Amino acid sequence: MTEKLELAQNAAGRMVPTIVNGKPQVPYLGVGQYHPHGQKAAPPVRSSNEYPENGDKRVPDLETALRNCGLRDGMVISNHHHLRDGDRVALMALEAAAKLGVKDLLWFPSASFPSQKDAIELMQSGVIHHIEGSMNGPLGDYCTQGKMRGLGVLRSHGGRWQAIQDGEVHIDIAVIAAPTADPFGNADGSHGKSACGSLGFALADSTYADHVIVVTDNLVPFPCIPWQIQGNNVDYVVEVNSIGDPAKIVSGTTQITRSPDRLRIAQFVAQFLRDAGIMRDGFSFQAGAGGIALAFVDYLRRMMKEDGVKARFVRGGSTKFLVELLQDGLTDYILDGQTFDLDGVKSIASDPRHVATSPFTSYNYHGKGNFASMVDAVVLGATEVDVNFNANVVTHSDGRLLHGIGGWQNCLAAGCTILALPSFRDRIPVIVDQVTTLTGPGELIDVVATERGIAINPRRQDLLDAVNGSKLPIRPIEDINAEVERICGGKPARPKLGNRPVAIVKWVDGTVLDAVWQVT
Amino acid sequence: MSSLLHERPAEAGHYGKDIRSDLHVAIEPRPSGGLEIGLESRVGLYYGDSILGQTRNVLEILGVKHAKISIHDEGALPFVISARIETAIRRAGLGNGQKALPEPFPLPAPSARDRLRRSRLYLPGTEPKYFINAGLHEPDAIILDLEDSVHHAEKDAARILVRNTLRAVDFGACERMVRINQLPLGLQDLGEVIPEVPDLILIPKVEKPEQVAEVDRRITELKVAHKLDRPIWIMPILESALGIENAFAIALASSNVCALTIGIEDYTADLGVVKTTEGRESAYARTRIVNAAKAAGLQAIDSVFGDVADLDGLRRWGESSRALGFEGMGCIHPLQIRVIHEAFAPSQTEIDKALKIVAAFEDAQQKGLGVVSLGSKMIDPPVVERARKLVARAKQLGRA
Repeated sequence: MTEKLELAQNAAGRMVPTIVNGKPQVPYLGVGQYHPHGQKAAPPVRSSNEYPENGDKRVPDLETALRNCGLRDGMVISNHHHLRDGDRVALMALEAAAKLGVKDLLWFPSASFPSQKDAIELMQSGVIHHIEGSMNGPLGDYCTQGKMRGLGVLRSHGGRWQAIQDGEVHIDIAVIAAPTADPFGNADGSHGKSACGSLGFALADSTYADHVIVVTDNLVPFPCIPWQIQGNNVDYVVEVNSIGDPAKIVSGTTQITRSPDRLRIAQFVAQFLRDAGIMRDGFSFQAGAGGIALAFVDYLRRMMKEDGVKARFVRGGSTKFLVELLQDGLTDYILDGQTFDLDGVKSIASDPRHVATSPFTSYNYHGKGNFASMVDAVVLGATEVDVNFNANVVTHSDGRLLHGIGGWQNCLAAGCTILALPSFRDRIPVIVDQVTTLTGPGELIDVVATERGIAINPRRQDLLDAVNGSKLPIRPIEDINAEVERICGGKPARPKLGNRPVAIVKWVDGTVLDAVWQVT
Repeated sequence: MSSLLHERPAEAGHYGKDIRSDLHVAIEPRPSGGLEIGLESRVGLYYGDSILGQTRNVLEILGVKHAKISIHDEGALPFVISARIETAIRRAGLGNGQKALPEPFPLPAPSARDRLRRSRLYLPGTEPKYFINAGLHEPDAIILDLEDSVHHAEKDAARILVRNTLRAVDFGACERMVRINQLPLGLQDLGEVIPEVPDLILIPKVEKPEQVAEVDRRITELKVAHKLDRPIWIMPILESALGIENAFAIALASSNVCALTIGIEDYTADLGVVKTTEGRESAYARTRIVNAAKAAGLQAIDSVFGDVADLDGLRRWGESSRALGFEGMGCIHPLQIRVIHEAFAPSQTEIDKALKIVAAFEDAQQKGLGVVSLGSKMIDPPVVERARKLVARAKQLGRA
């Protein structure tokens, strides 16, 4: 790194770099304190004159497509994670770029997965300069150990849209994996042998990138119905044998946890929504596909049935558990960000009440509102929560990158944000004095539900009043923290982090919330 | 005086990628050279110094001055760490007879003879990962098991671990039970666990009243020696044809016996029959136990239901068990607890009827009437008595 390191303390008290990968940054100013201005970014104007009149944009392979897009050193290449750990297209694109001999690419995936660990070799050989996108497993370790040439930039799903839209990141070439597409470039995720559900993560790239390539293993004659990506934004279509490993794209069935401790947490959360009066006719909630979240949905479904309550909409990560709510008439709609299992894929493909959404509609903070803040309650996880309700999802307690932010930060805007997690894992406390890496400000986190009791943020007197008289074990978070310390045998030692940042954590408005430090 | 002749390398505990909340300790005694401690820990970053400090402390208490110790830790909690190190030291022929006891957690209130014993959760005595959260699931009791769930080569390790668990772990409102081994091994178990005052001792495979008397004597001796004045109840487990035949005598063997229970797995094996989910083959034994227990004024407690996945089957078993006169049963998974509590709960109809009968009885008493009647029906005294018991139980459950 040639860049001179300058740090500033942000409004959360965290030291963050002021220049990242050559670009000046705004340190986090507090929730709602940063006011954007100016115009949105836009791709260059194009003419139909430059595209085939018969709509056939096919080229023989990715190399041709990339060459035709004018690929050169230092460009920004984007991919998406709707195929999750089963994706083959991202590496295919990067390897094709390597064959063309380019260097110093900025790889801008919506998330990376362990199966893409070969990107490490492409960083070592100089093809990729650095990654801006979530990193975990081997890629996370490579970054945390300080081996990447640039700094990682971690953004939420909404933050990624914001960064593209605001012009913070300009995508030169977007390569979109499509489970179904036509030769014009219309593309859909809910059909085909590699069906994954929604293609929402690729939508921003398709509208803002200079060039867009669609890669599919299920080419259908025009028109591809329905289309989630509009062919009018697409430059080239490439047909390949396989865009991914279906077994790793969606799980056959999602399983509820059988851990009694986790079931207890899930039941607490469902009971909390009932006792606090949040579970009422016309309400809405969001829950992901983690073991606790799935069990929560199952408990809540039974309570909704018992009380004769129906939701207006639920938001996923959809799974068979949300699909069951829809089929049982317990919700009018599923607004789906990504689809985790076969039941979810089948439902989104066949039920018009199961609707694909994008990070624009769901999460983008620099828009005229978004869905996340209209959700009554959201159930999330975290690696650590501190006694001020600040939470960490991106690193292990030891500072190594663990997983991406996903929609997590965006979801904090919900009416009631609930973190459902064990109070310690093995001997590692989860309820701590101070989080290692700040990912979510405590003022937005309302409830922390653990197997040892439920803590309500003192800022939410309304919630404390609402559950007054409930049989739930409501306790101050300091109490749970003290109990965990007693069980674990004292406070854990603080991890020894290096003095060099290896990545930054962006807040939903594009300001810098925290830095991830080198761990050797 | 320690003799080098009896000292040998030894190990205790478990490690590996599938092991959680445990550790493995290997110790090599040596004549000189002081202590050399090696540590690899999954939580080393956070508690490495703490583990090393604790290790030195245990070695000092047990008087170990020269040895090489290597520890592989998988996130064990402090009470487990002490237990494993102490076990390795004893196995190595080292130590001064002292115990390395963990920080005590305050004892819960003493247990009443006739307290609710609907569910008791078995915890294998060498699986520390299950201990710390067991009380959260609110069974009426937990059982720290030293018998069938512990391999015979691990009996010493389990004994020390269970002792530390009784002392250090918060089990909430649960009654803290220990299942000791069959006699005579069970007497050694008592020596280790009684000083940490369990609330109840389960004696397995009891066939004769003398066995209960022997355990009772040993407990009394230990209570005197350690100046303990809390009750420690006894629940004999009858698991053979002979045990069932002697049920009443066993029930009367000590005034500390509070309940009789049955082990159906061993009982059916003893009869040479197949255990079924309907349980017809054990119907005689179970009703015999109920009868003997009631005749002696004790609780009758049923066996466990082994299929953890079959919660409907469990519910049916529990309901029929309650109908026979049992007041509770064992469980082997926390998910069984709620089902069992529901199965053993009197229904609201039963409670309402009992309340009416008790009210009618009290009304008759006030009016000096010899005969209690409810509507057009006469109520016999035993019916009144049953109703009073049911109302008392419902009050314990907060339902009347």
